[in-house]
Amino acid sequence: MTAVAEASASPRSGRGHRRPLLQSERAQGLALISPTLLYALVLLVAPIAVVITYSFWSQDYLTVDRTFTLDQYRIALTEPIYRDLLLRSLWVSLLVSFFTVSLAYPIAYYISFHGGRHKSLWLFLITIPFWTSYLLRVMSWKVILGYNGVLNSGLMGLGIIDEPSTALLYNTSAVVITLTHAWAAFAILPIFVSLEKVDRTLVEAAKDLGDGPIRSFLRVTLPLSLPGVISAILIVMIPTVGDYVTPKLVGGKDGVMIATAIETQFKRGANWPLGAALSVITMIVVTLMAASIVLIIRQAGRRIR
Amino acid sequence: MIEIRSVTRSYGTFKALDDATLTIREGEFFSLLGPSGCGKTTLLRMIAGFDDPTSGAILVDGQPMDGIPANRRPTNMVFQSYAIFPHLNVEQNVAYGLKRLRALAQVSLVGLGKRGATELSGGQRQRVALARALVMRPKVLLLDEPLSALDKKLREQMQVELRRLQQAVGITFVLVTHDQYEALALSDRIAVMFGGRIAQVASPKEIYQRPANRQVADFLGGMNFMKGSVVEANGATITLDTPGFCRVRTDRPAGFSGNGHATLGIRPERLRVLWDDARASHEISGKVVERHYFGEITHLVVDVPGFEKPLSVTETNDFGADDLPIGAAIRLGYDPDALVAMAD
Amino acid sequence: MKAILSKWLPAYAFLYIVFLYLPVIFLPIFSVNTSAVPKFPLTGFTWKWYVELTNTPALTTAAWNSLVVGITASILATILGICAARAITRYRFPGRTAASGLIMAPLVLPEIILAISLLIVMLSLGLELSLFTVVLGHVLICIPYSVTVLNAGFEGFDRSLEEASADLGESSFGTFRRVTLPMVAPAIISSLLVSFTISLDEFIMAFFLAGTDATLPVYIWGQLRFAAKLPGVLALGTLLLVGSFVLLTIAEALRRRAERRVQGKGVAIA
Repeated sequence: MTAVAEASASPRSGRGHRRPLLQSERAQGLALISPTLLYALVLLVAPIAVVITYSFWSQDYLTVDRTFTLDQYRIALTEPIYRDLLLRSLWVSLLVSFFTVSLAYPIAYYISFHGGRHKSLWLFLITIPFWTSYLLRVMSWKVILGYNGVLNSGLMGLGIIDEPSTALLYNTSAVVITLTHAWAAFAILPIFVSLEKVDRTLVEAAKDLGDGPIRSFLRVTLPLSLPGVISAILIVMIPTVGDYVTPKLVGGKDGVMIATAIETQFKRGANWPLGAALSVITMIVVTLMAASIVLIIRQAGRRIR
Repeated sequence: MIEIRSVTRSYGTFKALDDATLTIREGEFFSLLGPSGCGKTTLLRMIAGFDDPTSGAILVDGQPMDGIPANRRPTNMVFQSYAIFPHLNVEQNVAYGLKRLRALAQVSLVGLGKRGATELSGGQRQRVALARALVMRPKVLLLDEPLSALDKKLREQMQVELRRLQQAVGITFVLVTHDQYEALALSDRIAVMFGGRIAQVASPKEIYQRPANRQVADFLGGMNFMKGSVVEANGATITLDTPGFCRVRTDRPAGFSGNGHATLGIRPERLRVLWDDARASHEISGKVVERHYFGEITHLVVDVPGFEKPLSVTETNDFGADDLPIGAAIRLGYDPDALVAMAD
Repeated sequence: MKAILSKWLPAYAFLYIVFLYLPVIFLPIFSVNTSAVPKFPLTGFTWKWYVELTNTPALTTAAWNSLVVGITASILATILGICAARAITRYRFPGRTAASGLIMAPLVLPEIILAISLLIVMLSLGLELSLFTVVLGHVLICIPYSVTVLNAGFEGFDRSLEEASADLGESSFGTFRRVTLPMVAPAIISSLLVSFTISLDEFIMAFFLAGTDATLPVYIWGQLRFAAKLPGVLALGTLLLVGSFVLLTIAEALRRRAERRVQGKGVAIA
């Protein structure tokens, strides 16, 4: 009844002339959202459209040739350097989202199921470190993992190693560790939200019907929290592919990722069309990878049941 | 006071309210009764001005309400959620529409003025909502299921208060409810609604005793239904033969086509168990097949030869209906006037 | 099984918190250490790195720039966020899901691509890179957070409160001023604080769009190249950390107050 009354979505057609234009709910809603929408269109959609356009052009030193060409894509996909960078970026983001989500799930579960009255305090505690400058967080890992860093000096002080290890910093693992730390909160929150939505009586029902704690978790809690897991993976994976700061600060030569290549094309390399093609490819590949991971997880989720 | 003239409200192809026509009189306690989705809240919200008819007109006090926004209508509303402003205290809530505070006393809220809105109990919130609407001196007070959030005891208490309040202030009340007992207990008149249509408008007694159709009869409590074959139909009355009861002459039901069959109904409490040697002018006899104990009364299900289905009988426990064994042979007395004919 | 879980989960939670805080903790520790190299054992306590900060004009300029950008961006993002959140939570209109998806999109796009596409457009339009272009970029990435915070604040809002106000004779504007605004004020302040914090810490957009006017993170980035400057950066980082912490605690307190307000009625009935 109330639902019907509130679902007043239909326009009052034929009666519009009796009322001001903005009386209809549709028009009011659209009018209200339009400034924000316009902002997103002008500063998000339009710029990305420009990038896509650039990717079909070519550049010779400083002159941009505006004839349609797929050359940039050919270069970006065949030159080993770009291919390697892209693959490494994808691999790193895959690792990071895997570690972040698997580390985050138990803590989200703990807060949701055992957090009691202190749930929001726990969440606050978890989010605090993430509001410090990203730059500084990455840098603190440099301080920890560096040649003269905390870990090396600590291990030496304890007598576990004799001389500082160089294996800790300036490689892909350093990038993965740093990013896993950097994105933790972004993985915990969506998983926590979906766990909160799991009706506790469903878990009780599963136990009542003979499932032990592990089976009821695998058959009820986990499948029902999969939407949270999926959004956690997407939230972590997509931005990670294009991360610029972390590889620059802790990645060294081994840890360079695609963002650096894109930046180079737009700054020093001054080949905008190639940079644009790299950007477009990155977006497409990320989208494809995200979509296939979502599909795989959904399939796996179905199989558990 | 309020005139609803063939008002229809459709959402796309769905008609929440379909060609409703209704007149609510001045100073009347009027209820819109029906199951959820019947269009009663839609109608109330259109009177208040939160929704507009797709077609038709609503007049309050002779004034067409078309195009008049809610804030300029002579109606005020008590919301289902009460809609007490949580950031204001009781006094500020009541005085929201006006700077007058006399309504506080009327609904026994004296001494609560400075209390925060979030510290109130359910019953107090309901009173604040009432006071806040009444302080506006509306011509019509609209109440959207105002008692549905309260527990049973408090609800019954508030029903009495609501009726007293209406008599004291003397303005028109329009109540939306899905609770038939609430509507019967409070109203001067009731409109029963189903599927966006008004099925019957009448006094509580008439609605209960002379329901316009089977749906209305069913919604307002239990009833034994049976088919009667029409023997004679002339003018305002029809005569019917029933499988088990006597031949009855009764009011011609609205929408009755004229011949063939009509539905007959009798309320379970209008069938009385005849103990020992007691006699009634009309009797039938049968066997008890089920017995359900309800404290002061017992529901019996009695199998009577000739009837398609067993009959429901409600009997007080004064004479030991609660001790009747299953299978016991009993006699039931009835008054032919208690039989109602309805169009199928 | 259950016993194992209830024993190990808290332990895991504790370790996880340590992992989260560990890197952050080193900032303040080494910022008051006398040695210029951040390593154990600590050499001694000093405030000299903090004192040095006050004598760096480039830093003061960057801090001022960040403040200006942060305030402007948070106000703009919150205004645009209010429009979007109100439209999304209150109205039904065609394309609502698509529109909100588009507005939230910056959250799931690699930031470098956002920054570079904006850079191209600014340069093609002949717009001089300045703090203004940084503000434009920051507003874009702050809006999703602002909308999220405001949605939460607007969602619990019982629509019949506004109807009740209209019913009691208030005009639309009066209803907005007397009912809607006071109810959502905590969410608005919370959105301002969150947006400000994001803008204050944001690096990529500022790095590409700032031109010659460095913001704090861009300044820090410049300093990171010199090992000798590290303790100063650590001191600055500590100050930023404390600043963010204070702002977010206020934001959180306000958010909770708003939540209590909306849920208040439930408490009263029980």
